Amino acid sequence: MKDFTDEQKERAANLKGLGSSRKRVEDARFTQGKGNYVDDIKLPGMLHGDFVRSPYAHARIKSIDTSKAMALEGVVAVLTAADLAPLNLHWMPTLAGDKQMVLADGKVLFQGQEVAFVVAKDRFIAADAVELVEVDYEELPVIVNPFEALQSDVVLREDIADKKEGAHGPRKHHNHIFTWEVGEEAATNDVIENAEVVATETVYYHRTHPCPLETCGSVASMDKVNGKLTVWGTFQAPHVVRTVASLLSGIEEHNIRVISPDIGGGFGNKVGVYPGYVCSIVASIVTGVPVKWIEDRMENLMSTAFARDYWMTGKIAATKEGKITGLHCHVTADHGAFDACADPTKFPAGFMNICTGSYDIPTAYLAVDGVYTNKAPGGVAYRCSFRVTEAVYFIERMIEVLAIELNMDAAELRRINFIKKEQFPYQSALGWEYDSGDYHTAWDKALKAVDYEGLRKEQAERVEAFKRGETRSLMGVGLTFFTEIVGAGPVKNCDILGMGMFDSCEIRIHPTGSAIARLGTISQGQGHATTFAQILASEIGLPADSITIEEGDTDTAPYGLGTYGSRSTPVAGAATALAGRKIRAKAQMIAAYLLEVHDDDVEWDIDRFVVKGAPERFKTMKEIAYAAYNQAIPGVEPGLEAVSYYDPPNMTYPFGAYICVMDIDVDTGVQTIRKFYALDDCGTRINPMIIEGQIHGGLTEALAVALGQEIAYDDMGNVKTGTFMDFFLPTAWEVPNYITDHTVTPSPHHPIGAKGVGESPHVGGVPCFSNAVNDAFRAFGLRHTHMPHDHWRIWQTANKLGLHD
Amino acid sequence: MIPASFDYHRPSDLEGVLALLKEHGDDARVIAGGHSLIPMMKLRMAEVPQLIDLQAIESLKGYSVNGSHVKIGAMVTQHELINSDELAAVAPILRETSLQIADPQVRYMGTVGGNVANGDPGNDMPGLMQCLDATLHLIGPNGTREVAAREYYEAAYVTAREEDEVLTAISFEAPKGGYAYEKQKRKIGDYATAAAAVTIQKDGGKVASASIAMTNLSDTPVWSEAAGNALVGTTCDAGAIKVAVAAMLDDIDPTEDNRGPVAFKKHVAGIILTRAITRAWERA
Repeated sequence: MKDFTDEQKERAANLKGLGSSRKRVEDARFTQGKGNYVDDIKLPGMLHGDFVRSPYAHARIKSIDTSKAMALEGVVAVLTAADLAPLNLHWMPTLAGDKQMVLADGKVLFQGQEVAFVVAKDRFIAADAVELVEVDYEELPVIVNPFEALQSDVVLREDIADKKEGAHGPRKHHNHIFTWEVGEEAATNDVIENAEVVATETVYYHRTHPCPLETCGSVASMDKVNGKLTVWGTFQAPHVVRTVASLLSGIEEHNIRVISPDIGGGFGNKVGVYPGYVCSIVASIVTGVPVKWIEDRMENLMSTAFARDYWMTGKIAATKEGKITGLHCHVTADHGAFDACADPTKFPAGFMNICTGSYDIPTAYLAVDGVYTNKAPGGVAYRCSFRVTEAVYFIERMIEVLAIELNMDAAELRRINFIKKEQFPYQSALGWEYDSGDYHTAWDKALKAVDYEGLRKEQAERVEAFKRGETRSLMGVGLTFFTEIVGAGPVKNCDILGMGMFDSCEIRIHPTGSAIARLGTISQGQGHATTFAQILASEIGLPADSITIEEGDTDTAPYGLGTYGSRSTPVAGAATALAGRKIRAKAQMIAAYLLEVHDDDVEWDIDRFVVKGAPERFKTMKEIAYAAYNQAIPGVEPGLEAVSYYDPPNMTYPFGAYICVMDIDVDTGVQTIRKFYALDDCGTRINPMIIEGQIHGGLTEALAVALGQEIAYDDMGNVKTGTFMDFFLPTAWEVPNYITDHTVTPSPHHPIGAKGVGESPHVGGVPCFSNAVNDAFRAFGLRHTHMPHDHWRIWQTANKLGLHD
Repeated sequence: MIPASFDYHRPSDLEGVLALLKEHGDDARVIAGGHSLIPMMKLRMAEVPQLIDLQAIESLKGYSVNGSHVKIGAMVTQHELINSDELAAVAPILRETSLQIADPQVRYMGTVGGNVANGDPGNDMPGLMQCLDATLHLIGPNGTREVAAREYYEAAYVTAREEDEVLTAISFEAPKGGYAYEKQKRKIGDYATAAAAVTIQKDGGKVASASIAMTNLSDTPVWSEAAGNALVGTTCDAGAIKVAVAAMLDDIDPTEDNRGPVAFKKHVAGIILTRAITRAWERA
C-alpha cells in the first residue's frame, strides 16, 4: 500500500480487507449466549437417545436383556447390534479403511464402547432406561500396551483375525494394522553406521484428547412423507458426512441434508463419524420422528476420538561439527480398538513424514507400525495437521538430544542445520516440497527478542547457585523451531474415502452492492465469517461488513471437505480469492461498457475500475453490481455470481520460532512459565487480531498437553482421566502472558500468499514447553523425560537425578 | 451425567428440615452448596430420592464475632468468608484458606458447612478447623450437641454426625500470633496434592504453642499434635521444623492417585509444611 495516496488508503481501510484487525462478527451472538448449537435444536415430538456403554475394556457379550428398559414408561426403543444387522449398519467403515462397530457385535473392545442405544421421550427417561438394560459380560484379557499387543496370543479383532492384508498393506500379527514406510532405509542405516556422532532416543507422545467445549451430538429427522433426511450435527466436514450417510443408508444424496450449526470447538474431535450419529439417524428412520443424541463430558473423553499415542524411536546422525547427516524414525502407533484415524487415505500415519522438520537432512527413513489395543479408537489431529505435532515433537526432542550428545548449544545446532532461504522450494528426504521459508531471519529475531545469550548466562548462574545450596529452583529455556504442513490437499495424492480434498466458494453479489459467499468449510471458532469476508473485500472491493459468509448447510453450500488441518485458509480461502477474481473479471467488462471504453482501458483501484490515465472517470463495485442486474449489457449475462473449486497445487508450510522460559521448583515439581515468546510466519496475514487469538488458544492447548493433559488407562483398561478433575484443561490462572511476533514469507503458490495458522501454536508449543522442562535438568545429566510434565513426574525426574538427596 | 429423579424440598426453618429427615430416613439428604453432592448424583453414585435444600434457612446464615470468639453459620459461603473484613481482621487464616478453594464461581455457592460436614478428605476447611480446634454445632431429633472438629472425622465421608443430624454452625477462638495455609494443587479447582494449616504463638522469641493440620493426605484431615509440639520451645529453626515434619509424616497416610505416588506426596507434604511453618513463624 506504500504507493497509495491518502485517499486510496482511506478507501482501502473502509473495506476492512486483508490485514485489518476487524472484530469478529460471530462474537455478537456468542458473547450474548445467542449461538445456535446442536443441543439448541429442538423439534416437535423429538425423542432422546442415550447409550449403554461397556464398563469393561475387553469382554464377550453373552446376552443383552432390554425387557426391563422397554417396560419403562416413555421408552420407545432400545437398539442393539442385532437390530442394526438387517440394515447392515451394526458396523460402519472408518476414515482409515478399517471398520468399526456401531453397537457391540458379540464383544466389546474398549471401556465406554457403545453397546445399546436407548430412545425415549425425554433425556431423563433415556438415562433411567440405560440403567435397566442388562448386559451379561464375560471378561477377556485386556491389552493396553501396543508392544505387548504385538507379542500377545490374545486376538482383539476376531472379525479380521485371519486377514493378512489390511487397507494399508500386509499385517504382521493379528493385532497389527499396517506398516507404513517412507524414505531410504538402507541408505539411512548406512549413514548412521558411519556417522561421527549418533544420538538415539525413544520419545513417547502420550495419548490425549482434543476436548472441545461442546461435546459431540446430532439431531436426525427423517421426513417419511417427502423422503428427506435432515441431520444437524457436530461435523467438521458436513459434505463428507452427507456422502457417507448416503452410501451407508442407500438414501439418495439429494434427499439428505446435513447441517453443521454453530460448533463449539472441534480440534479434530469432530472430523470422524461416531456411533451416536448413526444411531440417531437409524432411530429417526425407524420411529419417523426426530431423534437427538448429545454425549456428556465423560462420554466425550472416554469414547470419541483421542489424539497421539505414538512411541517414536529416533536415531539422528551428525558430523562432529553438528551438521546432521541422517535421520531414522520408527513409530509404534497405538490406534486402539479400531483404526479410525482421520487421515487422507494414502497416509495411514498422516504427514508424520514431515519429521525431518525445518532442517536440511539429506537422508532419512520413517516406518510406522499401527497396532490394535483395548483403548478407544481415534487418532485425530488435535489442533494440528495430520500427525504433524507428533513429527515436530519428535524432531525437536531429537535435536535437543543431539545437542547434548555434541555438547553444543541447541539454538546454534538448529541454526547450522536450517534449510536456507535460497533452497526453497525445498525437496525433503521424505517426499515433501516445502513452498517457502526464511528460517534464519525468524530464528535470529526470536533469539534477540528474548536476549537468548542473557538467558543462558542467567541459567548457568542459577545452576551454580543451586549447587551451592542457595536456591531450590532451576531454570529451563525451551526452544522450538517448527515447520507445519497444512492445507490438505492436492487431489492427486489427498483424498478422504475417495473424495478429493479440494474446497470451494460460491459468491452472489446483490444488486445494491452487498454479497453472500458460501464455502465448503465450517467454522468451529476460527472466525471464518470474519476472515473470508476480508479476503473477498480485498478481491472485489465491497466492504467486509457488507459480505455475509455462510457455511455448513449441504443444501446451500458448495461441496467441500470441511475444516481441519488448518486447511480452510489454504484451500477454501484460495477458492474464495479466485471466485472473487471471477467476479472482478466480469465487473471489468461491465465497467468498461458503462465508461464507454474498451475492457483493457480500465484498471482496478481498490474498490472500483478507473479509466487508465483518467482516474476521475470510474465505476465503483457498488455501481457495477447495480448495473449487472438492472442494465442490458450487450454480450454479458445479467447477474454477478461466481463459483470456484480449488485444487491446491501443493501444501503450505507455515513455520515459527518459539521460546519458553520456565522456573522449576525442584522440591515440589511445580513449573512456572516466566516468559513465552511466539514468532509465527503464516505468510500473508488476513486478520492480525484473529491470528493472535489463534496463537493464544493453540499455545494454551499446547501447555495443557505438555504439562498434564492425558487420557490414561490402568492395566484393566479403565480410563483414569475421564473427568475434568483429572483431565487437565487449563484456566486463565494457569496460562502465562504470551508474547506474539511474526515474520511474513508468503506462500508462492497460494492466490493471496496465506498459509494457515490455527494449528501452528499447538504444533510448536508442545515441544517448546517440553524442551523447557528437559532443558532445566540438562546440567544434571538429563537427556529426555516423557510428557506430560505434571508435578509428580517433574519431581520424579529431579529425584532420579539425585537432586533431593 | 443425568441424575435419577428426586423430590426437591426447600424448608424455611430447621424444624422443617428435621421433620423431613425423620419422615424419609435414609432416602433424604441435605444439600448446602452442592459441589460434592450434585456431581455424585449426576454420576448416579449417590441416590438421593429426597433432596432437602438448606438455602432458605436464615438461621444458618451469617456469622458473629465477640472478642476472639467466632461463630460462623453453616450456610455462609466461602465468598462471604473472603469478603468479610471483620473475619479477616480477627482470623485472617480463614481468608487465606478460602482463597485457595477452587475459583470464584465455586466459592459463590460453596459453603463452609458443606465443606466441613461432608467428610470429603479433599476439602480444605476440615483441616483448617482442626488446626483452629473448632467446635461443630449439630442439631438432631434429640436437640443440639457439640463435637470437636478434631473428633469429627472417622473416615472418608464417615463422620460423627448422625444421618438425622444437621451441622448448623462452627465456632472457635481466633488464634493469636502467626498463621499460614499452604496448598499445592495441579490447577485451579483441584483438591490439594498436599496442604497444611499452621498457627504459631510466639513468646520471648520462642514458640509458645503451635497447631498443625494437613489436608488430603489421609482419608481424613490429620491434626498432628506431635508436629505442633515439636516446635514448642524452639526458635522455629530448620532443625526444629525438620523434627515437626518428621512427626507429621508419621501421622499421615497418603494413597496414590493421579496426583502422584505416595513417596511424592510425602515429600511434598514435608515441603508444604515447612513453607507453612516458615510463613506462620514470620507472622508470629
